[in-house]
Amino acid sequence: MNSPEVFMDKPDASGRFGDFGGRFVPEALMTACLELETAFREAWADDAFVSEFHEVLHTFGGRPTPVTELSRLSRHLGLRIFAKREDLAHTGSHKINNVVGQTLLTKRMGKSRVIAETGAGQHGVATATAAARLGLSCTVYMGELDTQRQALNVFRMELLGATVVPVTSGSRTLKDAVNEAMREWVSCVEDTHYCLGSVMGPHPFPWMVREFQSIIGREASRQLSEMGVGTPDVVVACVGGGSNAAGIFAGFANTDARLVGVEAAGGAAIATGSPGVLHGMRSMLIQDEFGQIEEAHSISAGLDYPGIGPEHAFLADAHRAHYVAIGDDDVIPALQLLSELEGIVPALETAHAVAWLIREAGNSLAPGTSVLLNLSGRGDKDVAQVREILRGQS
Amino acid sequence: MTSLEVTLRKLREGGRRAFVPYFMAGMTGDWLRHVEAAANAGADAIEIGLPFSDPMIDGVIIQQAAERALERGTTLASVVRDLATLDVGVPLLAMTYYNVLLHGGLERSAAMLAQVNVRGAIVPDLPPEESDEWASACASRDVATIYLVAPSTPKERVTVIAQRTQGYCYAQGRMAVTGTTSEEGNGAAVAAAVRAVSDVPVYVGIGVSTPEQAANAAPYCDGVIVGSALVRRLLDGATPEDVENFVKSFRTVLDAKNN
Repeated sequence: MNSPEVFMDKPDASGRFGDFGGRFVPEALMTACLELETAFREAWADDAFVSEFHEVLHTFGGRPTPVTELSRLSRHLGLRIFAKREDLAHTGSHKINNVVGQTLLTKRMGKSRVIAETGAGQHGVATATAAARLGLSCTVYMGELDTQRQALNVFRMELLGATVVPVTSGSRTLKDAVNEAMREWVSCVEDTHYCLGSVMGPHPFPWMVREFQSIIGREASRQLSEMGVGTPDVVVACVGGGSNAAGIFAGFANTDARLVGVEAAGGAAIATGSPGVLHGMRSMLIQDEFGQIEEAHSISAGLDYPGIGPEHAFLADAHRAHYVAIGDDDVIPALQLLSELEGIVPALETAHAVAWLIREAGNSLAPGTSVLLNLSGRGDKDVAQVREILRGQS
Repeated sequence: MTSLEVTLRKLREGGRRAFVPYFMAGMTGDWLRHVEAAANAGADAIEIGLPFSDPMIDGVIIQQAAERALERGTTLASVVRDLATLDVGVPLLAMTYYNVLLHGGLERSAAMLAQVNVRGAIVPDLPPEESDEWASACASRDVATIYLVAPSTPKERVTVIAQRTQGYCYAQGRMAVTGTTSEEGNGAAVAAAVRAVSDVPVYVGIGVSTPEQAANAAPYCDGVIVGSALVRRLLDGATPEDVENFVKSFRTVLDAKNN
């Protein structure tokens, strides 16, 4: 290569990051996607929009979230671990960053309603929250299986004035919720914005959602330098579609930091997938030899997705980020360890990243390695499920 | 010009409104008998759905049909094997999602389809902007690439799509996925938008589920496509005779309109 590559910049005109991305949607959704791209480009170049975005995240979303040094876990693992506390953002995860951006954009486009898909319910709750704040009507599609696993989040969305529609097709999880939201969008595209929850889907979603989430990485970079830590050796985040990882990677993509995305072993699109087209994007997908998409299986509803955002597929391809997989069995002990040592109960999704640290400390992570962990969400929503699992073990 | 378009233009010149039913390949063991019944009853071309696990523009009926077909082990290769035994005398059109073709290899998939006389292909999640490779794989094998125009498509895009589509332009009558309501669509406006910029045959689908709706559509289009209304009957166990009667009910009103 002649010049050093700049990572996590704009995609090309077709919405591609390297070979991945693009816009593979039915003609009925093309116009909406093209309009959204124009609206986002204009808004993101408009100082008034950008400052409103930051203002809302500050006064409503709880930003900036702190960086906490995890001293006891660090001692336990022989590492130096810092956590970016997205669990302290409003609604309990990083999801608020994206939905604040997209709902402001919805208003700006003159639309009055949002629809969203949700897996664990975090994005659904965040969308319902941001919609309530702006007086937008909100419908959330959620796999029937997930409505059972995350019943409290269903109720929370309803409290916030949203309608939750259980999706009974296919595997009844996140993948099918996305299908259903896309289908619904076809019939209401005139007055409704599809508030997609991750760095996936057709262009401009992967880019737009990463831009809204990049506030995580920019804040963390500034905070670590104020703390005198500088660039950490490793930045690690869990990956389903990959929005929290994209957000924190964006702050360190052009540094020497090693970027690590942790997928659930039952939904590890990079490790076990192959290139394909699903949900409007070309990316890495878990599929059979005939191109049929397979069902992901994970203890955590938020990582139960057979694909991954196209920019992650590109970062893996370009060897800029590394993607690893953690099995269900390692997740609960990680959640317990972080809870007991640090007084932070993480979401099951986030616990995958913690489990990777536990596994690699003293192995690929030499003693004293500095690590920035994106603590993407809090575990309140998972407590009942974790209790059942632990009871089953005893 | 593709042989499909030559055939369909001849139909139009002869004053015949085309009827195009849709079948999900491999949904039942005797699915080919259904296709034959449709051809015998006067279908002018037949769409053959190749099942995909995540059909984005299809409603619950086609999705269920796809699930059944996949459970029966249906693949591109198995469909091609089945179709090799079929001789119905009307053009067959493949309808599927891009990942199925991509995974089979675009050149290889196009070759396999062409080999069993599939003369057209509809890939609804492949917009013109992304379809150069697929279109070129089809072009060398006389497989027409058919594109959709939706009610939401602005004028400039209608022009681009109408120039690019081969065989016919698929005018989507309603802003909805397939088979979700019985409401009649706004196919007239979509068809008119295409006709304003092109003389390619215009067929209306998504929003035509009954002979009455087909009769209403006949004056403003060159053909109608019926998918979910037929597949729903097949999911409920319709026989080849039922298919024949179904097709005839459309044939009758479409022919009457022309007299």
